[in-house]
Amino acid sequence: MKHNRMKALVLAVSTLSVFPVWGQSAGTMDHSTMGHGDQPAASQGMAGMAHGDMQMQGGSAPPDARDPHAYSGGNTLDTGDYALPPSQRLRLADEHKLGGVLIDRLERSYGENSNSTAYDAQAWYGSTYNRLVVKAEGDVSKGKVQEARTELLWGHAIATFWDTQLGVRVDNGVGPDRGWLAFGVQGLAPYWFEVDATAYVGDQGRTAFKLGAEYELLLTQKLILQPRVELKVYGKSDTERRLGSGLAESQAGLRVRYEFTRQFAPYIGIERTSKYGQTAKLAREEGEKDGETRWVAGVRFWF
Amino acid sequence: MKRNIPHSFSPRIAIPDLPRRRFVQGLAAGGLLLGLGPMIKPAWAQRAATSTGAAPVLEGTEFDLTIAETPVNFTGSPRMATTINGSIPGPTLRWREGDTVTIRVKNQLAVGTSIHWHGILLPFQMDGVPGVSFKGIPPGETFTYRFKVGQTGTYWYHSHSGMQEQTGMYGAIIIDAASGRSTQTDRDYVVQLSDWSDEDPMRVFTKLKMQSDYYNYNQPTAIDFFKDVSRDGFKAALSKRKMWNEMRMSPTDLADISAATYTYLMNGSTPAANWTGIFKPGEKVRLRLINSAAMTFFDVRIPGLKMTVVQSDGQDIEPVTVDELRIGVAEIYDVMVTPGDDTYTIFAQSMDRTGFARGTLTTREGLSAAVPELDKADWLTMGDMMGAMGGGGMAGMNHGGMAMDHSHHAMPGMAMGDGLSKPSTTARHAKTEYGASTDMRVDMARTNLDDPGHGLRNNGRRVLTYADVHTIGGPIDARGPGREIELHLTGNMERYAWSIDGLEFGQSTPVHFKYGERARVILHNDTMMSHPMHLHGLWSELESDGGGFQARKHTIIVQPAQRISFLVSADALGRWAWHCHLLLHMDAGMFREVVVS
Repeated sequence: MKHNRMKALVLAVSTLSVFPVWGQSAGTMDHSTMGHGDQPAASQGMAGMAHGDMQMQGGSAPPDARDPHAYSGGNTLDTGDYALPPSQRLRLADEHKLGGVLIDRLERSYGENSNSTAYDAQAWYGSTYNRLVVKAEGDVSKGKVQEARTELLWGHAIATFWDTQLGVRVDNGVGPDRGWLAFGVQGLAPYWFEVDATAYVGDQGRTAFKLGAEYELLLTQKLILQPRVELKVYGKSDTERRLGSGLAESQAGLRVRYEFTRQFAPYIGIERTSKYGQTAKLAREEGEKDGETRWVAGVRFWF
Repeated sequence: MKRNIPHSFSPRIAIPDLPRRRFVQGLAAGGLLLGLGPMIKPAWAQRAATSTGAAPVLEGTEFDLTIAETPVNFTGSPRMATTINGSIPGPTLRWREGDTVTIRVKNQLAVGTSIHWHGILLPFQMDGVPGVSFKGIPPGETFTYRFKVGQTGTYWYHSHSGMQEQTGMYGAIIIDAASGRSTQTDRDYVVQLSDWSDEDPMRVFTKLKMQSDYYNYNQPTAIDFFKDVSRDGFKAALSKRKMWNEMRMSPTDLADISAATYTYLMNGSTPAANWTGIFKPGEKVRLRLINSAAMTFFDVRIPGLKMTVVQSDGQDIEPVTVDELRIGVAEIYDVMVTPGDDTYTIFAQSMDRTGFARGTLTTREGLSAAVPELDKADWLTMGDMMGAMGGGGMAGMNHGGMAMDHSHHAMPGMAMGDGLSKPSTTARHAKTEYGASTDMRVDMARTNLDDPGHGLRNNGRRVLTYADVHTIGGPIDARGPGREIELHLTGNMERYAWSIDGLEFGQSTPVHFKYGERARVILHNDTMMSHPMHLHGLWSELESDGGGFQARKHTIIVQPAQRISFLVSADALGRWAWHCHLLLHMDAGMFREVVVS
């Protein structure tokens, strides 16, 4: 699920937590929001009602919740009175597979000493609630792949706005290749933050964690400002890949794109990359900077 | 149902704004292939172009309909349409009450097809829903429909296969009384509204799966926010957005598909082509308004004329005079107008206010009147999201002190004694409504019928509501309901998933009615969209929230966060379809089978 629907200017970035509570808190009745705006008078009259525990979203079914099959009288789509043979029965889009490919970033970045090309793509194929997800992200500079992470995941919808993702990740590029098992969540937090958080377990006791968050602010219907942050944390040093333990790297970017169509939008932006701790030290030893601000220009498209 | 799209062209990327004017207005001559010289015409274009703007009328008891792909050009880009006898709309079929009609439908497509006779009572094998009531009409084959016509009024027919309805497969049905045609009318016109997209409808569906607000170019922006701040202050501007943003719901989600891809048609004519009905001043003109759109609700008015609504879904009603009415997808209203010596615009704006269908009533061909501006698209209200809680419909609420406990534990089918004299009001959410398939639940829905709906409230015009619609003669069955069946309309806009009780069709089981029973159906809308719910084969007799008979309908709009009830007499054996008539909602799984046995 990658989205493009960021609705309004919201300043409360602090509501973004690492593991959101599946939106269970969202939609809980809150008097402070009622009675403002569209329906000034009427809802004030409801003040006497206790609805602190009413939820419009998420939650779990109470034990006496209605059985959706209670009216079937024993019939199924394939059996029972007047049923057509199963081979003939109606199959709608919920039983068909669909798919899509989003190239969220395909960009050239311009630094003080070097330029590079980066890509970040996600593809899916399957149903609404279970799908095969491929994520690919990487950097190419000086004529070779510096860093490439490719993930093959089973995405499973567990809540209204959230999918779990379970699968494998392969890292290529400078240094030896690494393989990981991946477990993560991806979805939409309250206030329209797109969040992608994944934990990884590799061989020789390696662990890693990656958190990405994006927000899309509509300046106009087609001009969209997108702040984006990404953090990478490693449980153990991997000097061959120039990674230290702990918080290794962060990226904070701001891109503005123009959607010629929903599916094709060039953008420009700025991105700050910072390395921390031992990772920063390893970079400096290689003669590289431990932090850099770069201009980026690229294109976002999907099909 | 076959998923193959009967189009030979490849989908193109729509550029919503550039050819905007032509998109919205369409071409003046829909059937012509403009811009294609004879030398470069592709093979398919050699076929006769689709006839648009004037459906032929076929009368009698024997009919031959041929389904084929024919070229059409509504926007400047030639496309293939799926047509009935080569026209959009298909021929108007004029039947007579009491006759047995025979309709041979020949399929010249490369995929299966079908025709469903919308609102007609008939044996289920003749209802025309592939995979539910028959096996469909395979390519090259002819299926013969034969049934006795036992009713009168205005109805329509359309394909029930894939997305063929979106690409042109619909027509009108007029059934005259056995005693003869009404003499109350001097002129009689079908006004069939629809929506056309140059895009492959299945591609449209896939796009909505990727990005459900793809066609919404009316989203709140930062600029709107600063406007609100300067007008109402920072705090008010923030609180106006708080709930929507917390819940990740859009206040401008008024329609899934807009004029960004749609051109709206009246009798197969674009606004530029301007369908025209002729009258002599002082004549009584009957307009049979039929909404054959795939996804578009229309708000219809004729500036300068009052409309007297005399029929709803083919059923005569106590005449009610209004300025404007909202016609949901698949609904039908017959209205009478008496125009003076002037020219009038029939103006049908889409509910999301992005475009309109338009035609003209005039005394001679070639005249036209001013076309109104589109109304402004307002945000949905808290009432549209939260029902009675949000202040919607407070006036009509009859919750008896909001008692939350009784009927909460009532089991389906359990005798509730006097509890059945009025529709229940307490939401009983299904246990399958708490997962990924739903994005909200309404605990206290609004039950009043006197709400014209979002965008029509307090607009200064007299707008029809369901509270105004009273079918003449009362219910077909005097019995009260023996039990209550409650179904919730559900969806997840972000995933573009639509369902009933949180279950898409593939996971569902049929709703069983015992043959001969009279039952109450409650439809409780746990979404922010209006859903036109169509039960095949059986009438839906709409009740007021007090349990009184209101109107006999084949398609009932359930407004956002609304809870409506109707009675059903299960007098037709077989398997029937029951679904939201928004084509993509239906295809997404907002669909149930009904078994009467």
